[in-house]
Amino acid sequence: MSTLDSKIPEGQLSEKWTKYKSSQKLVNPANKRKLDVIVVGTGLAGSSAAASLGALGFNVKIFCISDSPRRAHSIAAQGGINAAKNYQNDGDSVERLFNDTIKGGDYRAREANVYRLAEVANSIIDQGVAQGIPFARDYAGLLDNRSFGGSQVSRTFYAKGQTGQQLLLGAYSALSKEIKAGTVEMYERREMMDLVVIDGQARGIITRNLQTGELERWSSHAVVMATGGYGNVYFLSTNAMECNGSAAVQCYHKGAMFANPCFVQIHPTCIPVKGEYQSKLTLMSESLRNDGRIWVPKNIEDAKAIREGKLNPTTIKEEDRDYYLERRYPAFGNLVPRDIASRAAKERCDAGYGVGAGFAVYLDFKTAIERLGRDKIQERYGNLFQMYEKIVDVDPYQNPMMIYPAVHYTMGGLWVDYDLQTTIPGLFATGEANFSDHGANRLGASALMQGLADGYFVLPYTMQNFLADKIHQLRVSIENQEFDDAEKSVREKLESIMAIKGEKTVDTLQRELGHIMWEYVGMGRNAEKLTKAIPMLADLRKEFWSNVRVTGDMTSMNPELAKALRLADHIELSQVMAKDALQREESCGGHYREEYVTDEGEARRDDENFMFVGVWEYKGEGQEPIMHKEELNYEFINVQQRNYK
Amino acid sequence: MDFTLKIWRQENQKAKGRFETYKIKDISPDCSFLEMLDILNESLVNKLSHPICFDNDCREGICGMCGLYINGRPHGPDDAVTTCQLHMRKFEGVETITIEPWRAKPFPVIRDLVVDRTALDKMIQEGGYVSVSTGGVPDGNAIPIAKHKADQAMDSASCIGCGACIAACKNASAMLFVGAKVTQLALLPQGKPEAAIRVQKMVAKMDELGFGNCTNTYACEAECPKEIKRSNISRMNLEFILAKIVSEETI
Repeated sequence: MSTLDSKIPEGQLSEKWTKYKSSQKLVNPANKRKLDVIVVGTGLAGSSAAASLGALGFNVKIFCISDSPRRAHSIAAQGGINAAKNYQNDGDSVERLFNDTIKGGDYRAREANVYRLAEVANSIIDQGVAQGIPFARDYAGLLDNRSFGGSQVSRTFYAKGQTGQQLLLGAYSALSKEIKAGTVEMYERREMMDLVVIDGQARGIITRNLQTGELERWSSHAVVMATGGYGNVYFLSTNAMECNGSAAVQCYHKGAMFANPCFVQIHPTCIPVKGEYQSKLTLMSESLRNDGRIWVPKNIEDAKAIREGKLNPTTIKEEDRDYYLERRYPAFGNLVPRDIASRAAKERCDAGYGVGAGFAVYLDFKTAIERLGRDKIQERYGNLFQMYEKIVDVDPYQNPMMIYPAVHYTMGGLWVDYDLQTTIPGLFATGEANFSDHGANRLGASALMQGLADGYFVLPYTMQNFLADKIHQLRVSIENQEFDDAEKSVREKLESIMAIKGEKTVDTLQRELGHIMWEYVGMGRNAEKLTKAIPMLADLRKEFWSNVRVTGDMTSMNPELAKALRLADHIELSQVMAKDALQREESCGGHYREEYVTDEGEARRDDENFMFVGVWEYKGEGQEPIMHKEELNYEFINVQQRNYK
Repeated sequence: MDFTLKIWRQENQKAKGRFETYKIKDISPDCSFLEMLDILNESLVNKLSHPICFDNDCREGICGMCGLYINGRPHGPDDAVTTCQLHMRKFEGVETITIEPWRAKPFPVIRDLVVDRTALDKMIQEGGYVSVSTGGVPDGNAIPIAKHKADQAMDSASCIGCGACIAACKNASAMLFVGAKVTQLALLPQGKPEAAIRVQKMVAKMDELGFGNCTNTYACEAECPKEIKRSNISRMNLEFILAKIVSEETI
């Protein structure tokens, strides 16, 4: 495929989606029943899409990697969801939410998609309320808001520190209703193993039953990938253990192009790493930056004394603290976007001012507790404080929290057009699995917004537009050549992994991958590190295929085998990430190239040469992938240097 | 820290299970319980054995996927935490740790410490929702909800569906789980129209799936990692009685 057609409708930005909806093709109810849709993934994006498509009357099958949709990692989102309701009368509007999101993404997102996102966001709040989500209320009984990074208005709706949980349970309840009604069939403990493409159209998938090891075939008229992101290539991340980019890689192998793989979000407020045995990192919600103040000691000797355990941070005087975000970015202070807050923390720690084991900064609630009282802080963040105390064994009401950046979200993903369709007809991608809305950096409280916008309000329209042309297309049998071939190749892959019987465990190799990615393709990148990473990853790939040790068997529950399969795909994806990071000779959003900075040490974008989406095409085993460009044309927004000062 | 671990091993649902004993050494007190099991599993793989299967996912106490019965308590000795949030520092002075799966008839063992909890979803599917489809709903602020009601509903809604309440109960009763959902929706105006039918259907399903009746010992409340209160059970009982006596809608 040589051209990437983003299929953005003509006309004014604010009219594109309305026009699209009024002119798209529809499918009548009798025909909907004849059309099958497969949804892979049950997080916000998958559950909301399956529920909405099921309610419309399509036959939906949904596949869940865990025992229940409620386990999906959307559940862990803490802080909130954005919408431009302007309930606070603080000047918010769809235009402002659009502007903030584009600017937050450092002008690397597609204008029309982001505008549509901002436009439909309000409906998500209404939908959630109707579902019975207990959003926070004020004393008048109306919806309450808080602020998040990268914005000067209060537009974030929340349910304590468990907004993701409540929104996911809302989508799960909508899904449960459809399962009961029989419009959606649910298959739990299944992992996608391959995409089946027939005559150039996505027509089904191969799954592996994680309980029995059995390979299964499923056919459909269209497939939706709602499989989340690939942050776990870094081994340590805030992602759940089951999160993986494997399904996306399978689609990439089958011809779906992968966009901006190097755009990874490093979240500034996570609990720091404590030991070699650590399996994952825990996020402390960005909402904490509403009231918490970030600092390190002003004097390097104090930082040293703290690290050696000789000094207690609470005894450090106000004038000896460096509230570096407030100092560097007075307009946004502690609420600068995530990429900026992360880099600033790294900068201080690299300069020797880090606390804890040297890789941590303080997030302090002393001022807020004095101002608002302990009860108010407890009401706002109680569960987060409890979580911190359970993990670190330190009471955050008495002592400042320690935080450090960690991998959190991947803005890159499967390339999609305005319809959220990938480069394979009939294959759609939504939520974190696609790339379209967050550019080079995602603003806080926007992931929930995007996953649900796609699932509830975009896909039901755009997929219908696609399926309207398929009403005469008969169901395909799963007993045909393409399914045979796909299943055979999956079986061979499984057998070859089992046959290696090498020396290194999957976890060992995964840690090695994580180490390479964090050190060389992490927060601070440069050509030298990236050039080193590429052969290191190639070596690791060879080592995996010759030296991995997977015990147990293929015909029962075997988590080691499942992890090994994902790791194989993660190594390959990491190679593309490193290549993409190397070609992008600029700093933008989460992608920070140390060679491309301003005199003040801020990221320096290169709009002239890099205002495009890097879209990677798989060319076969052993071949180098090729990068295509989707040029970003900003027709309606005034592109500026990001300035949060 | 050094421990002797007695862990339930069972190949599949039909196989006979047994306890196996493992020794583990030099565990950091800051290590989480599941990370301790990761270390054990890595050593089992190195010895060419099949690692121990246990469910886990988010490892931050919110997905409800993990759940081990540790020394006789669901989610172990610490209060208000899931297994993944439990840290080895809580085992100071403990030599032997016994680890079992959830034990309840409606939760058959899949392998080792993994059980099938799809029964929880089946109860929700009976009406643990507001029957609203996508679109066509009023503005969020068109439905004012008193703050204390919204807060109370949030407390009930914070259930993570781990099943500890059922594992803790000697009758394997699911009344705290079902009660939390019934209460959340009964407190909110959005849930009112279906309240009577919801509670009847969910209770009927609960009985059908083989969950027992409430023992009134409140082990469920004591072991709930999210501290869901037993008043949710009272509320469910009230809703149930009202539905049976006053409501015109019966199932």
